[in-house]
Amino acid sequence: MPKTEFSPSIESRPTYPGLTSQGSAPAIMVADAAGAEALVDLVATDASVMDHAHVVLIAKAPELAAKLTALTPKALHEAPDLDAATPLVTQILDTAKMGTQLYLAGSEGVIGHVSALAFARGLPMEAIQSEHRGSIARRMQCVHCKGITEDVTTDPFVCAHCDLTLFMRDHFSRRLGVFQAVCVDAETPGVVPATEEIRP
Amino acid sequence: MKLALKVTEIEQLSPLVKRFRFEDPKGASLPVFSGGAHITVEMPEGDTIRRNSYSLISDPYDGSGYEIAVRREDRGRGGSLYMHRKLSEGDDITVSTPANLFQLDLRARKHVLIGGGIGITPFLSQLKQLDMEQKPFELHYAARSREEAAGLKLLPKAAHIHVHLSEEGARMDLGAILDGQPMGTHVYTCGPEGLIAAVADQAARLGWPKSTVHSEAFTAPPPGEPFDVVIASTGQTVTVKADQSLLEALEAAKVEINYSCRGGVCGRCRTKVIACEGRILHNDHWLSIEERAAQKDIMPCMSRFKGTRLELDL
Repeated sequence: MPKTEFSPSIESRPTYPGLTSQGSAPAIMVADAAGAEALVDLVATDASVMDHAHVVLIAKAPELAAKLTALTPKALHEAPDLDAATPLVTQILDTAKMGTQLYLAGSEGVIGHVSALAFARGLPMEAIQSEHRGSIARRMQCVHCKGITEDVTTDPFVCAHCDLTLFMRDHFSRRLGVFQAVCVDAETPGVVPATEEIRP
Repeated sequence: MKLALKVTEIEQLSPLVKRFRFEDPKGASLPVFSGGAHITVEMPEGDTIRRNSYSLISDPYDGSGYEIAVRREDRGRGGSLYMHRKLSEGDDITVSTPANLFQLDLRARKHVLIGGGIGITPFLSQLKQLDMEQKPFELHYAARSREEAAGLKLLPKAAHIHVHLSEEGARMDLGAILDGQPMGTHVYTCGPEGLIAAVADQAARLGWPKSTVHSEAFTAPPPGEPFDVVIASTGQTVTVKADQSLLEALEAAKVEINYSCRGGVCGRCRTKVIACEGRILHNDHWLSIEERAAQKDIMPCMSRFKGTRLELDL
């Protein structure tokens, strides 16, 4: 699946320009199943990018893990989901040195969450490379109860925590790494627009 | 906004550097500031008021007074000489409220501060802020000799504060300082141009993102040959004397112009050039190489002119 092209939006909406090799520097790469293909494509442009790379694969997919191992990174770490990957990625970030390159690939949820972890450790946003692949489902934070709803593909949607019907917005929090959703019928309770599938 | 203060302490820190303390005459609390902030000091001499900006070296959270350290520049325009020779304890002094063009990026996981010579000054307030906020940092202070190192009297003794005296064979090794710093570190340099360039170069070679590399080259405007400028709105000609900056000459001639840092870094006094027959001597750190070459803009706080006609859109 190729790199996703999103339609232009407000300034806070993240964009994902794609991965470009910074050569044989120390690197941290985090990808989900769809994002793994972006790493394969990256290596095709420059095999040396894997020389000092720690790769974190967020997927239950032994065949993908084998494919990434064949690219000979310094180390391959596997985690079944984003929650399980978080302490792993945090530990790798905490021991990384300046000059380490960060490559993120996959869904907006993975890219946003790992970017926020790196951002909280002082890494500037422009030093983080990212490429969107696969599902356009979003991780949405309800601004009312602060709960995060995973894999949201419709607008409006129902908060998994407080049951409010929420309007999906492009407003993105870099600090939290999630899109912000707000109650759609606060002024006119019960008057909810028709549900639509989101588009890129 | 301006503050009318009194000089309450003057201390000789080294043969060339004096520390000054200013307080409110009635003991009122002054606005607190943030590490790296500066004030602009007014120095009236005859019919002109010279204004130089100096980094605050006192505790940012302490409103009982402001302290600065001034290095005597014998070949400058006379601002530092005024501070060294004319000012006494008990004198009145007018300063601006603090402004900060060199603040810490508090998102950083660690801060590396590198000061060369008198460039140590902004870090003296920053390290108090970093201590207060309990942020990890290390400070490197480079000077030629122990005698010239004015900062020695002002720096606390601590394991993360390193002094490099080249005369004693302890030159600063930038590679050793920057290599292996944890991800999320930011570096700040203040001092001679050569030091700022060397740090930027070393950081780039080690793959540090550009926005983690900060610097401030605080320089007073240099003197030079006198020159004339024409004010487009009135047709008036203003002569800039040898020991005057263009900004000071405009102020003396009552030409209205905006300013803040008076050191060529904030961009506030940027002025359009309408006609230029000659060469603008750009001394600022604001305009890009292309903008300098175009000669369509000038920073009056720092830059001078050599030629037959310079007309400004004022």
